[in-house]
Amino acid sequence: MGKPNDLVQGTLDLLILKTLAPEPMHGWAIAKRIQQVSGEVLQVQQGSLYPALHRLEQQGWIKAKWGESETGREAKFYSLTAAGRGQLEKETANWARLSAAINLVVSEA
Amino acid sequence: MRWTSRLRIAVSMLFGRGRAGRQLDEELRFHVERAVEEKVAAGMSAEEARYAVLREFGNPALLREQARATWNWQWLELLWHDVGYAARTLRRTPGFAAIAIVIIALGIGANVALFTVVRSVLLKPLPFEDSSRLMRLYENSSFGNFPFNQNAGGIYAEWKKQNHSFSRMAVSGYAGYNLSGEGEQLPENVRAGEFSWDLLPTLGVQPALGRNFTQDDDKPGANPTVILSWGLWKRRFAGGAGIVGRSILLDDKAYTVIGVMPSWFGYPEPEMQLWTPLYLNEPAKTTQAIDDHEFKVVGRLKPGVTPSEGLADLTTITRQIHDANLADPFVSKGANIKPMLEAMVGDMRQPLEVLLGATGCLLLIACLNVANLLVARSAARRKELAVRTALGGSGWRLLRQHLMESLLLSALGGAVGVALAVAAIQWLITTRHDMARAQSIGVDWVVAGFALALVVLCAAFAGFISAFGVSGKKTLGALQESSRGSTAGQGRARLRSVLLTLEVGLTVVLLIGAGLLMKSYARLRGADLGCLTQNVMKMDLNLPVARYSKLPQVTGFLEPLLERVRNTPGVKAAGYVFPVVPGDGYGGDNGFAIVEHPPLPLGKGQFAIHRWIDPGYFNATGIPILRGHTLDDNQQPGHETEVVVSNAFARQYFPNEDPLGKHLVSLLMSKTPMQIVGVVGDTRTEMGEPMKPMMYFPLYAAEDMNGATLVVRSDRDVTQFAMPIQRIVAGMDRDLPVSDIFTMDQVLGQNTLDASFNAELLAGFAVLSLLLSAAGLFGVLSYMVAQRTSEIGIRMALGAQREQVLGKMLGDGLKPALMGLVLGLAGSVGTVRLLESMLYETDKLDPMVFAAVGAVLLVVAAGACMAPAWRASRLDPMSALRTE
Repeated sequence: MGKPNDLVQGTLDLLILKTLAPEPMHGWAIAKRIQQVSGEVLQVQQGSLYPALHRLEQQGWIKAKWGESETGREAKFYSLTAAGRGQLEKETANWARLSAAINLVVSEA
Repeated sequence: MRWTSRLRIAVSMLFGRGRAGRQLDEELRFHVERAVEEKVAAGMSAEEARYAVLREFGNPALLREQARATWNWQWLELLWHDVGYAARTLRRTPGFAAIAIVIIALGIGANVALFTVVRSVLLKPLPFEDSSRLMRLYENSSFGNFPFNQNAGGIYAEWKKQNHSFSRMAVSGYAGYNLSGEGEQLPENVRAGEFSWDLLPTLGVQPALGRNFTQDDDKPGANPTVILSWGLWKRRFAGGAGIVGRSILLDDKAYTVIGVMPSWFGYPEPEMQLWTPLYLNEPAKTTQAIDDHEFKVVGRLKPGVTPSEGLADLTTITRQIHDANLADPFVSKGANIKPMLEAMVGDMRQPLEVLLGATGCLLLIACLNVANLLVARSAARRKELAVRTALGGSGWRLLRQHLMESLLLSALGGAVGVALAVAAIQWLITTRHDMARAQSIGVDWVVAGFALALVVLCAAFAGFISAFGVSGKKTLGALQESSRGSTAGQGRARLRSVLLTLEVGLTVVLLIGAGLLMKSYARLRGADLGCLTQNVMKMDLNLPVARYSKLPQVTGFLEPLLERVRNTPGVKAAGYVFPVVPGDGYGGDNGFAIVEHPPLPLGKGQFAIHRWIDPGYFNATGIPILRGHTLDDNQQPGHETEVVVSNAFARQYFPNEDPLGKHLVSLLMSKTPMQIVGVVGDTRTEMGEPMKPMMYFPLYAAEDMNGATLVVRSDRDVTQFAMPIQRIVAGMDRDLPVSDIFTMDQVLGQNTLDASFNAELLAGFAVLSLLLSAAGLFGVLSYMVAQRTSEIGIRMALGAQREQVLGKMLGDGLKPALMGLVLGLAGSVGTVRLLESMLYETDKLDPMVFAAVGAVLLVVAAGACMAPAWRASRLDPMSALRTE
């Protein structure tokens, strides 16, 4: 019954925040962008994406606004808040530290 | 900064949930559309693309749930949702809901009511200052085996003077007064207390109005003063503001009112109407005697002194007095001590605890019953639950809804139950105002908390038991269970049988307890008082000392009155007794010596209960004269020479000789020897007390007689003479109150009030649980019959006889009842020990009671099982096979 675990939870938050940093985007586009940028490696499932988006919104790191999508249909666009930018910086730094550490361990020997 | 925006989000999520939900749906739909568009662009047909996306997307309901789960207030929404769902399910089955609520209401109501009483009476500290240091002090009198005897005034005085353990010590006694009426008011006989001036300071209580007695008020010859109870002030003086300083007439003597006690105050008994200074009223002879045990003593332990240290202190002092007065056999050798609370409510503790235990059982039975009903329901709704599980309802969520349902039932039942409890407490206070601390009984926050805890407990108990086995693991099985001929829900039927067994077991325990108490009560009521109880009436005449201090004044009133009462048409006999009639209390005793016997060794004494009577008393009460005759009419007041003794007296003190013609010397009255002229039948001082030796002296030999009890016997309804006799009294002395007019049956009723109260209450609980168990049996068997309709159909189609079916179903239903009966009987053997000291002449393992309970239970169980079993045996096999 658990949530999809194709991505570590904290990591998905970081990816979403990073993706939203340049411009507001709706959920579909966020998933697509992550897929593209990661070279089709990272597949974000809807089952993780929307709960994550809603959680970030509840925490006040992103905010949503309804706008017209590229197809002309109403869609929910998410954008970073000031608090979200701060969180992005923090999580990026965290990630850098963590991945460097993992690299050190993995490249050992 | 941060928390404000969080708060804003939280608030918007609290109030904008509907909109947020629609937006979530919209957002997800947009996602699906884009995915479809993408697949169509890649060359799929529109329909194909749609199915592909939906498959990828997974369970949209679940996804929606998961997204929502991240929202603020989600718990509240779910809770609200569950409450709404539970309420709807309950509304759909109002019959079930009503039954369950009533059952829980009865269980919780009984418990809350009794807990309130137990807490107020037994647990709450007394309303006195630092009440844990307050102690009731007693003399430990070995001469009559009275370990907690009242105090002699002289002993108390020495304790007070010599002890090192108590910061304060004070003394109280009883009195009765004739309170004169003012204007049109009738005179009234009031029960009163006598306090030493330092009693209220020892308790740490202040009068609500006015002041306490001073040391100068509390002396022989002081100006008479009185403190009123709140109740008397309100009732008799209309709560008038100017009461303090006014003068009232007690026994025709003017007393100045100096204060009014608070409404809750009632010491030494709740029914006290007023209080006067003890040393003002009591003759020095009584307050200085070391062998006349008349008073109650309280003491306040000094800080750091334990009760046992205080006791050791008092014991030493008492022992010294005893050793210095070896010639007096009635001086106590030791002392005793009890915390004040225990002294005041001691004899109520056990009955209350037993009743509380009974209500606990009742609640458990109620919970089991509701659990049983819930199990039946969840069985009926098994398919619904399976469908919901298949559609993505999580197990936890379903369990929570299930619990919510039982919580809702318990909460509603609890609300009704608390209302019932409040009514029951009200009823209890009015019927049992004689109970110690009855005025302190009330619902407070602790009781409310207790009720809440019971609700939660009930809900959890019933909910979890019934949820046991509702898990969605057997979803597929449940969905398929409807297939023909399968015998379904076996596990659940077993669970219900276990519940029923427990229920029946508890019921048996309650029934046996109630049966024993009932039998004991019947024994008590049936015990021979030793005199006639039908068509005999007593009334107390109070003779105000101011006008009746001289013997001629007393005889000048009592003798003509008796003459006129005897001459009243319809009156068969009449007589006087002082102080009390049989069954109306101990009434006091005194030591005596038998002239014809050798003197007893030094320090040994003998005593017997005393009564003062006129010669017609035995005839009026129907106490049989066994040998000799009653007192002679020619016993001149002041020159009494005769005495009558009871049979027990004769047996104990004249085991091998004829008591007639022997002489007694009373140590209390004039020391002239009195000749035993008759032996009469034994009487009891109280129901449940053994027959004790008794001496009957001539009425006017009583030294401090301030009244007498008139006993009247007729051969028809004796109460019709109450008014005429009162008129005769009023005609002779308008300001003389007649009080406590009771038939002997009423005296007995009051006497056995405790026993009947306990027995009836416990019987009520037991009958209630019997009904619940019967309902449970009926429900379970009906359910099993319904479940097995097609099985029964097959059996019958294969040739089973209706009698066989009937027998089989009856057997299935009675099995849990029988097991419960055995369990309950076995359990009772242990639990009846708690009742032992409450039983009168009844064995705690009384075979009659055990057998009767077994029989009653079997009959009721068979009755409850009969209807469904009968229905099963009447099934038409064809239609039974067709049912689905």
